[in-house]
Amino acid sequence: MSAEVAEALLETRRLSKYFGSVIAIKDISMLVRPGTVTCLLGDNGAGKSTLIKTLSGVYEPSEGDYLCDGELIHLHSPRDALARGIATVYQDLAMIPLLSIWRNFFLGSEPTKGWGPFRWFDVHKAREITRDEMAKMGIDIRDPDQPVGTLSGGERQSVAIARAVYFGARVLILDEPTAALGVKQAGVVLRYIVRAKQRGVAVVFITHNPHHAYPVGDHFVILRRGQVYGTFPKEDLAIEQLVQMMAGGAELENLAHELQREAGDDAELRKAVAVLEREVQAVAVEPATVEPQGDATEVPDVVPDGEITPEG
Amino acid sequence: MATDVEATPRVSDERVRTTGLASRLLSRPELGALVGVVLVYVFFAIVAGDKNFVSLNALSSILNRAAPLGILAIAVALLMIAGEFDLSIGSLLGFSGMAVMIFISPPDAGGFGWPLWPAVGVAVVLTVLTGAINGLLVNVTKLPSFIITLGTLFIFRGLTIAVTRSLTSRTQLSGIDEIPGFELADTLFGTRVELSGANFNITIVWWVGLTALATWMLLRTRIGNWIFGTGGAVEAARNVGVPVSRVKLALFVTTALAAFLVALLQVVQINSADALRGTGMEFEAIIAAVVGGCLLTGGYGSVVGAALGALIFAMVQQGIVITGVDGDWYQVVLGGVLVVAVIFNNFIRRKAASR
Repeated sequence: MSAEVAEALLETRRLSKYFGSVIAIKDISMLVRPGTVTCLLGDNGAGKSTLIKTLSGVYEPSEGDYLCDGELIHLHSPRDALARGIATVYQDLAMIPLLSIWRNFFLGSEPTKGWGPFRWFDVHKAREITRDEMAKMGIDIRDPDQPVGTLSGGERQSVAIARAVYFGARVLILDEPTAALGVKQAGVVLRYIVRAKQRGVAVVFITHNPHHAYPVGDHFVILRRGQVYGTFPKEDLAIEQLVQMMAGGAELENLAHELQREAGDDAELRKAVAVLEREVQAVAVEPATVEPQGDATEVPDVVPDGEITPEG
Repeated sequence: MATDVEATPRVSDERVRTTGLASRLLSRPELGALVGVVLVYVFFAIVAGDKNFVSLNALSSILNRAAPLGILAIAVALLMIAGEFDLSIGSLLGFSGMAVMIFISPPDAGGFGWPLWPAVGVAVVLTVLTGAINGLLVNVTKLPSFIITLGTLFIFRGLTIAVTRSLTSRTQLSGIDEIPGFELADTLFGTRVELSGANFNITIVWWVGLTALATWMLLRTRIGNWIFGTGGAVEAARNVGVPVSRVKLALFVTTALAAFLVALLQVVQINSADALRGTGMEFEAIIAAVVGGCLLTGGYGSVVGAALGALIFAMVQQGIVITGVDGDWYQVVLGGVLVVAVIFNNFIRRKAASR
């Protein structure tokens, strides 16, 4: 895949963010390349939202480097990020339900015609572009005049993605775009993630669902307790492993202990404990060797060359 | 990055045309008001048909009443679509009319003795300032504009009465027709057209013209899109780069200017200003806007609807006068119209949202 040789668009080196005494994220190092989907997985509290808010300019990092196009950047607001082509689509969308699709699509960046005080909003062009852009993403909208509120959750996410891509997003950060969706709608969104990738966009897809991440992802960054637990290219990762890692080794172990205590000589329960323990083993074989303060480079067995930056 | 539109074949075009006319109409916010205009007119035509409700004379009375309210309702509707209220608009009407009169009144009557146009100019500046005060207070405090402008309603009214009385020891001033520059003002703001015995005010022309201008602005300019966005979801609009605070400020100034225009029209036509003029107009303008399909929560509405709302208002007023029903019932009918309109609009909007 050509993406493997493409230059990194975004890079973080030992990025950390503290809120007072709370360490929200610590030493996050990751690479995002154009034309790829980087999945950011982690349970609640793993630091996903702090990381994306740092990437999208809402927070400024407490420590570490943030690079765009290989150059050190300091973002002070989401607008700074947008100016560099880093667009974020949040779960609670930046969409206005009562406004039509095309008005939403161009809100804040309306194309105009005419001159001086008589410049007017080129609504014809806006409608056309909206329809065409949506079509390019494979979304067949019946009527761009439809209020956004009448669209399904998946369609709304898709409009937001199409808009970001049209306005020049090179990096598209999607915050749990499939979280609140049913299976079918999630499928719709996954399709647009692939479309965006095919158009050369670097997609950062945040989710806690390995079944949504695995089919579309090229790289998987797993966060746990504010740190990078591991970074894997798809070739080195089977979906089962991903599911296991997401389940969380420690939790599984606790669960196994808990069950064992209850089990006594109940054969059924003992069987269940055995299954759990096997799973714990399987998870432990994976890069659970990461030490608490560890840099992600310390898991070289599963990380291909250049995937993780050596000490920045 | 701009994309070449021509290069992409439009696949879904023919399906768009098939969208039903009915559902397209239903999605228009002014539909309710349009139906209302027809219903109210037909109602009074039947009830008061024998008393000349359907006549050029009655029509001119209705339009002459609807026009000033309509001008206010246009500005109030724009502000409401942006998610804010201006309750001070009635006070501003009294304020700006009185400001003009104080500036032009002779010094021996407590005035400044200025010629008309400089007086109008300074009064415009003052009115813009009052609108800006409303807007800035709302933007800075982030408090509901309902509360802020409820406060300024009393402040501006009180100021008008207090200052007028302390300067002129009266609350009503007249005599604009003796001031140099009146002729032009009379042409612009006082012209009447007689049509077989019925007098039509130039206010109607201002009303229709401003409705057209504001509609164009709302539907066909960037600012219009920003107004919808600001009222629809402030944070979302801000995130995509809409200058939300400036939009609100500009609209508060617009409502103040609308009040100024109506005040000037009335001062020229009636030849006097009253410190109490415009009392209650703020509610009438809001009613007109709501009857016209504006949502109290913002993000949805129409200028044409607000203009039609003012028309309904005037028809009810005129209808009650003509039928000879006790005027005391006027407020009951008006409140009824408002409640019915809101229920109807709500129904329409849900219908439109689920098509």
